[in-house]
Order: sequence, then C-alpha cells, then structure tokens
Amino acid sequence: MTPSLRRIWGLMYRHLALYRRSWPRLLELAYWPTLQMCIWGFTASFFSARLGAAGAGGLATTALATLLGGVLLWEIALRSQMGVAISFLEEIWSRNLGHVFVSPLRPWELVAALIAMSALRMAAGVLPAILLAWALYAFDLFAMGPVLILFALNLMAMGWWVSLGVVSLILRHGAGAEALAWSVLFGLTPLSAVFYPVSVLPAWLQPVSLALPSTHVFEGMRAVLNQGRIDWGHLAWATGLNLLWLLAASLLFARQFRVARTKGALLSIGE
Amino acid sequence: MNAIEVAGLSKRYDATLAVDDIGFAVARGATVGLLGGNGAGKTTTIAMLLGLLIPTAGRIAVLGHDMARDRFAALARMNFSSPYIALPHRLSVAENLRIYGHLYNVRDTEGRIRELAAELDLGELLDRRAGDLSAGQKTRVALAKSLINRPEVLLLDEPTASLDPDTGDLVRTWLERYRAQSGCTILLASHNMAEVERLCGQVLMMKRGRIVDRGSPAELLTRYGRDDLEAVFLDIARDRRAA
Repeated sequence: MTPSLRRIWGLMYRHLALYRRSWPRLLELAYWPTLQMCIWGFTASFFSARLGAAGAGGLATTALATLLGGVLLWEIALRSQMGVAISFLEEIWSRNLGHVFVSPLRPWELVAALIAMSALRMAAGVLPAILLAWALYAFDLFAMGPVLILFALNLMAMGWWVSLGVVSLILRHGAGAEALAWSVLFGLTPLSAVFYPVSVLPAWLQPVSLALPSTHVFEGMRAVLNQGRIDWGHLAWATGLNLLWLLAASLLFARQFRVARTKGALLSIGE
Repeated sequence: MNAIEVAGLSKRYDATLAVDDIGFAVARGATVGLLGGNGAGKTTTIAMLLGLLIPTAGRIAVLGHDMARDRFAALARMNFSSPYIALPHRLSVAENLRIYGHLYNVRDTEGRIRELAAELDLGELLDRRAGDLSAGQKTRVALAKSLINRPEVLLLDEPTASLDPDTGDLVRTWLERYRAQSGCTILLASHNMAEVERLCGQVLMMKRGRIVDRGSPAELLTRYGRDDLEAVFLDIARDRRAA
C-alpha cells in the first residue's frame, strides 16, 4: 500500500472503529432513509390505489415508481453529502483536528478519506431502504438497469461537492456552520425536480434548476421509468455540471483551508 | 547541523502582533525550552513550526525542509503532543495508536504499539476507551501517539500540565531517556520551571511575542542573580532587568 493510500485508510479506520463501537450511529445511518421510504411509500400506495380504482391503473403504476424512485435516488445524494460533512464534524467534536493536521496527511487525502467513508455510509443507509421498497411495494430500483449506476454516481458526486462547500464554510466560520451539514441539500430538493418534471417550475426558476446535476438525473430517471429509454443528453449534462461544481468546490476548499491556516482556525475550530 | 531554524518569524492577527520577528536555531539532539507567560507567543510559535499556522513573515526550516513549501516531508519526521488537543475519546487506546501508525506510515504498527505500551506502561490501557482514562493516563497515551513514528523532532506543549508530581516525574524521566537513546530534538513549551531546568540545555524566554532572553538555565540564573528559573521568569515577566 502506498503511503497516501495508507493515510487515507488510517482516517477510514478511525471512522469504521467508531461505528463498530456505536450501534446508535449504525442505526442512524439507515433510520432516515428507511423512514422516508415508509412515509412516501405508503402515501404513494394510497394514491396509487385510488387512481387504480378510478380506472387509471397505468398512471398509478407510473406515479408509484416515479415517487419511490425519486425518494430512493435523492437519499443517495443526501446520504453522500451528510457522509462527508458528518465524518469531518466527528474530528471537530472529538477535538482531534490538531493531531490530524500535524500529521503528514495531505488535504486531498483527507477529502478522499471523507468521500470513501461517505460512500460506505450511503450504502449502509440506502440499501436497506431499497430492499424495503422491494418488500413492501414491490418496487425494484435495480429494474432500471445499469444506467442506475450512472444516476447513483452523479448523485453521489453532487453530495460530495455540496459537502465540500459545507466543510469549507465550517473551516471559515467554525462549528457554528455545522447545522448546514444536515440542512443544505434539503434546501435544494424543490429545485432538483425530484418528484416532478422541471417544466412544472416557474420559467424564471428553470435555469437555476437546470444548473443542478440532480435535476438532469431525475429527468433521466423519469425517462427510464415512464418511457423506457435512456436520455443520454441529461446524463451528459449531469456529469458535466458535476465536474464543474466539483472543481469549484475543490478550489473553495483549498482556499478556505489556507484561510484557516492563516487565521489559526485549525486549532480553535471546535471552540 | 540544526534540526530547527527560524528567522525573522512574525505572526499578526489583525491589530495584534502575536509573534514579533523572532529567530532561533535548535541543534540536533538538543532539548530547548520555550518559556513565557500566557499570551507570550509560545503556542503560536509552535503552531507555525507545525505548519498549522501560516506566518505573516519569516522562514522556518525543520530537518532541512522549508515549512512553507515542503512541510509534509518534515511532518513525517516530527510529532507533537499537547494536553489541549484530544484523541478520539470513544476509541480504544490501541485503535487511536493504530490510526496514527497509519497516518505516519509506521512499519509494523502493531509491534510499535507493543513497544510503546511496554515502555510507557500502557499494556492494561490498550483496550480501554481513551475518554475513560485519568489525566495522567491520557498524557502517557498522548506521549505514545507523539512517539509512534520515532520522531526526529518532537514538539511538546506543556507535556506535564495537570499531572500529579509522581506521574510528571515519570514522564520527564521517560523523555530524558528517549532523547538520550534516540538523539531526538525536543522543543518544549512549559510553565513548569523545574521541568525546564531539568530537561532543557537551552531556554528561550518569550514576552509579548518577542524572545527577550536566551541561554542555558545556568547562564540565566547567573545573569539574573537568582537561584531558580521561576525567579528569572518573574523578573522577566515584571520587567526587572538582568543583574
């Protein structure tokens, strides 16, 4: 293992050891995705049954799939974003940042470790919800086929750059900015066209919505679920926008890390 | 050859000049004390030596590496301990040491942990959570963390603060032995004058961000006509001149 990979693994080991010792933390990973799945799943089932009774069975099936697919895929973005931000906050809460930053760990290795932990946290949180959707509502997310991997990767990438922005704000403004770790991506839900097409939004808001990779993922998801086709245009937009946003967030992180080193925030950030 | 070289080092926070144009060198294998009252600039100086803080002006070289351009090469060969920075308290002592073994790319981390456990009497603590330890035990664990990579330069910020005299003496004895065996360079910030007299060959006295005096403990005692460093410290703190 190269020294870089070993340092990345060292930080991952720190978080894995923490989860091994804390069942509430493990439970929390799956709690919200599962709860969301249940609430939206039963709501969708109710409306689906009513539509079916009114003779609109096809529409009912489509509505159920769109809603459940939206819930599950959006959880991928949410959990990925929280995975990075909360893993970083764990270092602040344990007042360990000083030790971490005087080790030879490079900032990009820190980010890589946070992203790797985020992927594991996301899998541990969302997979049970996917299984539950299959067991309770006979909704199989994997039926979308291999394109699901591309949707998931794009949503994970969006979670990462949003959380890099959050971590940058925490570096700049201290632990006072930590509430953003839970709330920031929820604020983007209405703009991401998770449960409805982007055309539903007011015309002036649509360009803002289309600047988000998630909007293109959900438009693409509806194309697969409703029309059985892969919209490569939306996938290309999602990927391109993610690359741009990741670059911008990385530059912001690098700048805020330097500002934190200039202001001495790395020692006092948790206070 | 010097392990640490500092020239023209300053740190300004807005209107406050925390460190004001200081310069010093620490020879390889030496133990140097950084003394001064609260707000004298000791912690700021150590933070700059560790790369945690970017200086406003000046140059720092550790083990020949310029800390502004090549700090990671130096950080791999140095380490730091402070009672004011914690280790993750929900993890066991062994897990904590293992993490830093990985971060410092230590060969045979498990063997090194066993070695440190034997030397610092940590054997029975390895499986206990770091947060459940007493202050003395935490200090020994922090010291073990700071030695995990067999550092060539060790920076210690008040290593025996809040320890009872017995544990403090054990730590000081261990530091003396480690330096003698390894040839490690130690820079020690402390408020404990007896500790500095015992461990340090040279002392840098800081006040309001400047190094106001320096020399061996014996030289300082002679210069100020005092019997112990505490009296010298008070003379400097209260602007009483050297004899």
